Amino acid sequence: MIINGVSIDETFAEAFPMKATRAIITAQNEKWAMISAQAMTGFATSVIACGCEAGIERVLDPSETPDGRPGVSVLIFAMGGKGLAKQLETRAGQCVLTSPTSALFAGIDEGLQIPLGKNLRYFGDGFQIAKKIDGKRYWRVPVMDGEFLTEATTGRVDAVGGGNFLVLAESQPQALAACEAAIVEMKKLPNVIMPFPGGVVRSGSKVGSKYPALGASTNDAFCPTLKGITKTDLSPEIESVMEIVIDGLTKEDIDKAMRVGIQAVCDLGAENGIKRISAGNYGGKLGPFHFHLQEIMA
Amino acid sequence: MSALTFTVKQETAQRVDMSPLVCQLLKDMNLADIAAIELQNGKRKIRADELFEITGSDTQNIVIKNSFAKLDFIAKGLQDGNVTVVGEAGAYLALGMKSGMVTVNGNVGLYAACEMKKGLLTIRGNAGDFLGAALPGNKQGMKGGTVLVKGNVGQRAGDHMRRGTMLIEGNAGDYCGSRMIAGTIAVMGYTGRFLGYAMQRGTLLLWQQPTLSATFNDCGSHTLAFLPILFKSFARLDSKFAQKSEAFSRVQRYGGDMAEKGRAEVLVRLDRRAAQSNTAFSAVNFH
Repeated sequence: MIINGVSIDETFAEAFPMKATRAIITAQNEKWAMISAQAMTGFATSVIACGCEAGIERVLDPSETPDGRPGVSVLIFAMGGKGLAKQLETRAGQCVLTSPTSALFAGIDEGLQIPLGKNLRYFGDGFQIAKKIDGKRYWRVPVMDGEFLTEATTGRVDAVGGGNFLVLAESQPQALAACEAAIVEMKKLPNVIMPFPGGVVRSGSKVGSKYPALGASTNDAFCPTLKGITKTDLSPEIESVMEIVIDGLTKEDIDKAMRVGIQAVCDLGAENGIKRISAGNYGGKLGPFHFHLQEIMA
Repeated sequence: MSALTFTVKQETAQRVDMSPLVCQLLKDMNLADIAAIELQNGKRKIRADELFEITGSDTQNIVIKNSFAKLDFIAKGLQDGNVTVVGEAGAYLALGMKSGMVTVNGNVGLYAACEMKKGLLTIRGNAGDFLGAALPGNKQGMKGGTVLVKGNVGQRAGDHMRRGTMLIEGNAGDYCGSRMIAGTIAVMGYTGRFLGYAMQRGTLLLWQQPTLSATFNDCGSHTLAFLPILFKSFARLDSKFAQKSEAFSRVQRYGGDMAEKGRAEVLVRLDRRAAQSNTAFSAVNFH
């Protein structure tokens, strides 16, 4: 399959099941909601070492938030329910409770309820106040700037992590420009995040390593500087490869994000140095969700 | 199916226990069975068809017409279904109500919504003393649900209230929120003496400046984030509370009762605080 001169590999991206939740952060203005959201989703690029993968889903209009203030919705993904609950609580406590004028609400009502502010309330040292409104429990925790309002719980749902595609280009700037274009389009979609810095990862990994202690290592088949000394997957003209990783609430959300992202890359086309689109295929070792590139782009 | 309608033929001299005539107890019963139900009337028992003309068949939708103030225990322990009272209701309306909806077009007596657990009770007239309170000797009053009163309420509204929301468009009598454990009482009108007496936790949300006891301390003026959410939850109600013009988030906060736990609050609307003091306001009496 070739789109605008870009070859789409006959391969698939492998993804794995995760647990996910959504939180809504509001503040006096969008600036402070965003600051809090950025803090909460910081150091959350990969479950390999961060404990979770998190990102900003989108900015919310005041009409969309529970308290009528500007807000930001964030998605957090983890490999298991306990890990997700721990990461959510820690991040909410250190990054949202602490952030001036913030309030924190559940972004998913269905699914198993996990603590959001349920335990943060103890920061109130006995002065905290519970309010049950329309079946939802809120906590009002007195803090130095006024009150921190938080919903007690949020819903945890099954999700999919690790959807991805690789952009193979003739130069590093061209690969990055294509990925940036893809991220701009993909960020318009709900229910997905691209957790790596700016949505793009340059250190794609393979499963396993020559070092027994490591579960993952550099994807040497796609490293352009190793073309002559390893079993490479790159043709001579490829000088740079970048990857976009997608976590989504459902397989369909990732399907859609990949289609939109790959299309944006292909729109730049071969004339802008984009040669191929491939995917992180680990021979079925990584996960049960397979995203076939050609089917997605058909 | 038309609503199961009980139309009072003639008011009785003695009080009537209406607790057998509640939706879940009448389910699957035919009109003959319902007519034969015996109701306690003072010292004696009377058949339901002796007191009421009974029509309709939908037992989950009960209407009581020509109701008068001696019909006690209407909608006691209601579990789903609707009960509409055209006229007045006696004491213990919706006692221990578990869910569903009760609407009374007139005034109601003592202990309405007493120990109510869930659901919506709307009173278009006035309510007597001990609205949403605990039964004498019990330690917890209303535990959930919403009570909306379009008129005034008597003394001790929310006494021992544990959870839930009480919305009063009119005035509230003395000891409003007394011994309250938690929950929210909102009063648009004036409040009487001894507001929040021995209140432990919970919120009294007021439109008018109250006369507070020395055991409530001023905590200053604040904009509270939970108030817009609370007002948004009122939007579905047929009430002044649903009007956007009545919503506010800027309040004067008083903490108390410092003679008790001191974790309760009285929040008084700030942006259009009533100019006049209500010190001249005395207890609300209407029964």
